[in-house]
Amino acid sequence: MYKVKLEIFEGPLDLLLHLIKKNEVDIYDIPIAAIAEQYLEYMDIMQTLNLEVAGEFLLMAATLIHIKSKMLLPFSEEETEEEEEGGDPRQELVRRLLEYQKYKEASVQLEQMRILGRDTFAKGLGDRFESSPQVDEGGLVNLSLFDLLEALKDVLSKAPKTISFDVTIEHITIADRINFIMELLGKEKSITFFSIFPSESSRAIIVTTFLAMLELTKMKMIRIYQSEQDGVIRLYAPESSQESTDTQELAVSSQE
Amino acid sequence: MDKDSLKPLIETIIFAADHPISFEKLMNVLEGEKRDEARLALNELINEYAASSRGIIIEEVAGGYQIRTRPEFAPWLRRLFKIGFQKLSKASMETLAMIAYKQPITRMEIEELRGVDSGGVLKTLMDRNLIKIIGRKELPGRPVVYGTTKEFLEVFDLKDLACLPTLKEIITAQEEEIAGETTEDNSAGGDSVQAQGRGDDTGGAGHGQPSGGDGTGDKG
Repeated sequence: MYKVKLEIFEGPLDLLLHLIKKNEVDIYDIPIAAIAEQYLEYMDIMQTLNLEVAGEFLLMAATLIHIKSKMLLPFSEEETEEEEEGGDPRQELVRRLLEYQKYKEASVQLEQMRILGRDTFAKGLGDRFESSPQVDEGGLVNLSLFDLLEALKDVLSKAPKTISFDVTIEHITIADRINFIMELLGKEKSITFFSIFPSESSRAIIVTTFLAMLELTKMKMIRIYQSEQDGVIRLYAPESSQESTDTQELAVSSQE
Repeated sequence: MDKDSLKPLIETIIFAADHPISFEKLMNVLEGEKRDEARLALNELINEYAASSRGIIIEEVAGGYQIRTRPEFAPWLRRLFKIGFQKLSKASMETLAMIAYKQPITRMEIEELRGVDSGGVLKTLMDRNLIKIIGRKELPGRPVVYGTTKEFLEVFDLKDLACLPTLKEIITAQEEEIAGETTEDNSAGGDSVQAQGRGDDTGGAGHGQPSGGDGTGDKG
């Protein structure tokens, strides 16, 4: 079975912040039941993708459910057992979220500093940075994994619900879908996220295509950006054309 | 030597050095020159560069001085070099921020903050020479503590850690009221400068740092 491991996996706190932002709810008054439900939906998708769902995600799911159940109880009853304040069971979670958010924002500020090798240059830089072509990211923002999962959720919801009676099992491999995506990208400089999922695709095809896309990102064969204006997610071909010769090789080698 | 002869001399030394050169090191090279004169000459030099229409400036960074290009010319330089700063992932950047503001910090503290395993990102940051092990903490198991490197300051154009951007505190309506009573108006969004450039814990839930991390660099 194909397992996708994303080293740069954002954690459960990130997912929670993402959900809080998406639902435009007050971080100090999180509607736990609704958020927990959405959180579990995401975990579902991650499992569908066979993403290695880290134990931390499960732990957070358990925490959310625990909080949810505590909120159903009247506060006064077990005030002696719990922390003296006995107050809002969400308190600790909110504290962690705020603390985490603080550093997340700080990292955005750091990113905006006048970075050596990007915004300013000095002598002797050649030895310090590995060579890598720069891309102009004007007007485009990087996506988090959650944004992509969100988009996937859309695609999956449009997929035929009923499993077709056609028993001939198509053998879809990630390598096939990689070639498919690269073929599409060969014709144009960029394509939209939704164009890699032909209409009427089965869930299997959708999931495999999505995994192929992640694999391509990991191999740095494509770049995924979202337009700041209209929120359209697009896949971009690598900058130089010479790299396209490597594509085939990489695509083949990724076959499981 | 007087100030006007010191200026071109200091200029050449800063130009020739491979890394930001500290004032102390500069004084060593100048050997026997008066500190006051040198300081004056250096400051004038910096101002002259800043006021000029040239493409380069002298920047104070990582505890020293370095000649750097003006940011507006970055697009051309990126084309010239075809090299540059390799973008760090979001996970790496947020971990780096935590280390920068909370050093010395253990891996466990980082993971508690992020809520996710951080071994991979720590390795990336170590490989990039942006963080290093700066000691051990006097806790069971004597875990190592991480801090940022000089390279970090150089890359992020920081004079020192105190120059890190101020952490934005998110204040609740309630807390704001309390703050308004006790201290003077702090409504500017909590932009107070923190001396060490480190954030204090908002929730007051300190991680208990018993002066850890001063055992300098014994990795064994």
